[in-house]
Amino acid sequence: MSLAEAPGATPQLRADLAPRVPRYRGWVVDPVASHASSPRPTPAAPSARVHLDAGGSARLHPLARQALDQALAEGWADPHRLHSESRRAAALLWGAREAVAGAVGARTEEVHFAPSHVAALHAGVRAVALGRRRTGTTVVTSAVERAAVLDAAAFVTARGPDGARHEIVGVDPLGRVDAAAFSRAIASPGVALAALQHSNGEVGTLQPLEAVHHAARAAGVPLLVDAGAALGHVEIPTSWDLLAADSADWGGPTGVGVLVVRRGVRSTADWPEDSGTWFPGGVAVPSAFAAAVALQACIEDRDSEDARRRALVDLVRTRVPQLVADVEVVGDPLDRLPHVATFSCLFVDGEALVSELDRAGFAVGSGSACTSSALEPSHVLAAMGVLTHGNVRIGVDRTTTLADVERFLATLPGAVARVRAMLGVESL
Amino acid sequence: MTGEEKDRATVVDARGLRCPIPVIRLARQAQSLADGDRVTVWSTDPAAVYDVPAWARMRGHTIEESIDVDADDGPFQAITVRIGG
Repeated sequence: MSLAEAPGATPQLRADLAPRVPRYRGWVVDPVASHASSPRPTPAAPSARVHLDAGGSARLHPLARQALDQALAEGWADPHRLHSESRRAAALLWGAREAVAGAVGARTEEVHFAPSHVAALHAGVRAVALGRRRTGTTVVTSAVERAAVLDAAAFVTARGPDGARHEIVGVDPLGRVDAAAFSRAIASPGVALAALQHSNGEVGTLQPLEAVHHAARAAGVPLLVDAGAALGHVEIPTSWDLLAADSADWGGPTGVGVLVVRRGVRSTADWPEDSGTWFPGGVAVPSAFAAAVALQACIEDRDSEDARRRALVDLVRTRVPQLVADVEVVGDPLDRLPHVATFSCLFVDGEALVSELDRAGFAVGSGSACTSSALEPSHVLAAMGVLTHGNVRIGVDRTTTLADVERFLATLPGAVARVRAMLGVESL
Repeated sequence: MTGEEKDRATVVDARGLRCPIPVIRLARQAQSLADGDRVTVWSTDPAAVYDVPAWARMRGHTIEESIDVDADDGPFQAITVRIGG
């Protein structure tokens, strides 16, 4: 169905959307029709490149591409004006918010699109810290939050009053915070905000969200949950007060972040006033719309994709230490994200290994210091106390096949051996 | 540990070298040492403070201490390892 024919796309129907989701879903993504007609991506030919770095930059979902095309044609106008073109764009944006709300268990008006995941996290931390400054000035986070959370926490506490501090709760060797320790930190006096990720995007470990949210509730402290690596991949519990996510992680367009703020969370804009209360200037409507379509599509086949991707990740986690000597496979083996696998190779230069694999046709991520512009190792690996050099991070997406992973496993030992030979460490 | 004992640790000066070279230099030195011997690596690489303990864990050595040294020619980390546990 074209979006122009869609029930929500004419402005006078906006009021009809009130009971909404089921009816709206029919055109945001018609799961049956679109799925049946959408071509499943063709598996890459053996000579093609294999992209195994989907964390935070998954390939665009085929339905997102389709939705983006349609929305560019029909929802291109500024959504804040009074004419029909504008109202159509506004209806698409509302529909996108509604779809995300349905996916996370929120009200439509609680969902805000951000220009990036980083912007969503910064805004969440800054606005709550400012809104609750009379209640508290401490920001509690885990040590393995995304840099955007840690940097925002450092930012608001550095300029806060004397005594404002950023309390960082450490993690165990699997990368998980201790729920009791995190809860104690939240319960201490003067906490403005706590932030805990749903799961760690670098190593896959899930965090004890429900216990921590329970403690946050009891202490009256809002909990910001970064679901950037999780939304679209696993079911997100409703244990949060603010939720942030990333379209590019689930196969939507880049340049779309999500911040969901529960009604009742006290916040004050820490930036100039704008009609886009949370994100001044708003976001590109077609991109937001395509992001919502991709999210619904991911949720639609999440269970089958889950099993398929877990099998691939398990294969990597089991086979790599059998194929390569002196490897640490990191992160929780079971209680983890379905699509992320991470390991570190002793005496290996991470940059050299990423380049070696790239030459062989494989794109992988790395948390090693030499692969970052700052020359600092991944703060996640560091907090876990695991090897930070020679790190390889695999993120599989819906296009990754068993053949891709098998080819990767066949290539890796030679690539590691070449890097180790260059460094002359074979006998160490 | 007394100061005298500490002096007996072999020193691997890996200052100015980037990961994974400090760990490799240390491991190479460790090969010529006997169980119970001590070796200290000096490093300016921010990864060494994590990777030396990880290497020690993987090889069954023990970290005895890790200290910040403020030397005339610049600060560095001195990590002392006891070979073989």
